[in-house]
Amino acid sequence: MKKALKIVVLAKQVPDTRNVGKDAITPEGTVNRAALPAIFNPEDLNALELALRLKEQREGSKVYILSMGPQRAADIIREAMFRGADGGYLLSDRKFAGSDTLATSYALSCALRKIEADIIFAGRQAIDGDTAQVGPQVAQTLGLPQVTYAEEILHVEDSSIVVRRRLERGVEVVETPLPAVLTVNYSAPAVRPQNARLIMKYKHSMTSSEMRANEHSLSANLASARDYLQIVEWSASDIECDETQLGLAGSPTKVKDVQAVVFQSKESKRLTSSDEDVKELMVELMASHTLG
Amino acid sequence: MNNIFVYIEFSEGKIAEVSLELLTKGRELADKLGVKLEAVVIGSALDGVEKELAQYGADVVWVADDEIFSPFRSQPHASVMSGLIKAEQPQIVLFGATSVGRDFAPRVSAALRTGLTADCTQLEIGSHVDEESGKEYDNILYQIGPAFGGNVIATIITPDHRPQMATVREGVMRKQVAQSPAKGERREIAWRECISDADLAVKIISREIEERKINLKGANVIVAGGYGMGSKEGFKLCYDLAEVLGGEVGASRAAIDAGFCEHERMIGQTGVTVRPKLYVACGISGHVQHTAGMDESAKIISINSDPNAPIHKIADYAIVGDVGEVIPKMIKYYKQNSK
Repeated sequence: MKKALKIVVLAKQVPDTRNVGKDAITPEGTVNRAALPAIFNPEDLNALELALRLKEQREGSKVYILSMGPQRAADIIREAMFRGADGGYLLSDRKFAGSDTLATSYALSCALRKIEADIIFAGRQAIDGDTAQVGPQVAQTLGLPQVTYAEEILHVEDSSIVVRRRLERGVEVVETPLPAVLTVNYSAPAVRPQNARLIMKYKHSMTSSEMRANEHSLSANLASARDYLQIVEWSASDIECDETQLGLAGSPTKVKDVQAVVFQSKESKRLTSSDEDVKELMVELMASHTLG
Repeated sequence: MNNIFVYIEFSEGKIAEVSLELLTKGRELADKLGVKLEAVVIGSALDGVEKELAQYGADVVWVADDEIFSPFRSQPHASVMSGLIKAEQPQIVLFGATSVGRDFAPRVSAALRTGLTADCTQLEIGSHVDEESGKEYDNILYQIGPAFGGNVIATIITPDHRPQMATVREGVMRKQVAQSPAKGERREIAWRECISDADLAVKIISREIEERKINLKGANVIVAGGYGMGSKEGFKLCYDLAEVLGGEVGASRAAIDAGFCEHERMIGQTGVTVRPKLYVACGISGHVQHTAGMDESAKIISINSDPNAPIHKIADYAIVGDVGEVIPKMIKYYKQNSK
């Protein structure tokens, strides 16, 4: 029998920056996160799908989510379990707050050393930062190879994997030894829907903090009695790390200034869709040699 | 020592545009700081590459020339770049935000334990006072760019770590031949000392790279469609207008996410930056994500039925109306008035 794989998907709960309303940015340029819905980072869902497909190819394989964030980020771990993941780890501690990409990748790398995954997936980038840095930084910190912009797994062996990656102008097929870090592109297959049976199975899953906060509730009682309902929760002291490399203090980059984007209004000519207006516009553009 | 480094992307015998754009910016920053500008090329068949780089202001051209570096792979590139930076101690390192730069620059930052700011749109030299410690910093790099999905503009600094590193997208900075050519002194990188067998573990099995078919950057006229085109069918109006005007078709991220056209046409923060003579924005609301890639167009026409759409504010001609009505009229009156 082929070796079962321990698969970890790095996932981030992000504010939905694609649908930002007026009240989301304060006049000072800071972000009012409360005004934005928190969602599963879109490309992390593509990563989850590739992980689940790999799991299906290898009997006995397991998929776990690893996420760093506040308590409410447990929501995306549960969401992943409703789609087919087997469990998850939440890194949650005030000491992680204010991390840039390097400090984030350091904390994730320390947790991954404990988890000992055979393969690590991540979305190419998160929509709140668009940096695409954390996956490669984790790979470097752990001394692992990386395959970025992955869109399909073509073949898997016990100690290597063949992946197709999507580049700006084409595709490349590469083979990497395992363990390795794969960052997954939006061009990978869309994630499967949540499954009703899995929702029933996992809806009471909780982190230890959630169990304490909801003591004696039905969910907390069920979660404490059943191991598979427990989302592992780790603080900085659980992951054997150098705490000076965490959070704001451990981040080389600092935000000096943030400004809301203000449009500089031009002297614009207002036109309607009437025939006269459109005709006049086209004549003017042609006369000024902007067209033709 | 403490000079400015620019990573030069070199593939299929050509230097990437973004690398020349970064050299132009790097030259300006180096002159301001009174330091040298050094280019770093990692690839194969690099004979004579220093000549072109000298024209764009490179005082020194570092070269690692071997077949193992082509096609690009993350680990050998990252190890050579990190090794050179450790030895030469530049204060600033710039990378193009291409699929190559975005792949290996983060590895370099992790190897050196320094910061990296993604997708900057401006780079400036400035000072900083840390509010808590009162410590003053002179001549540091302001790494300025859109953040939080393009909804804010952030200035990022790397006060206490060196080098200060940033990536910049293609087309954001202007490339210009240096006023007086630099020396372009070629130096070999001692790359064999930098890489290990493990760096070469990833094997490239096949590669299919297509020529760029869609030429947004070279187009004089761009007709771009947004979510307001309504459907893939509706989006075809953009192709009709572009064909009549002799232009190229672009799109906003919303239109591409909705499946109206292919990804290669995306204009904006996560797509291409363009500066055509005429930009026609059809059914585009004007989110910063999009306008960051087109607001330097010489003339902008916006067509949007919402009179308060932000796109109207940056347009020279703001047409408040339905795209389905306006575009056919534009085609009609253009044909009527051209020979």
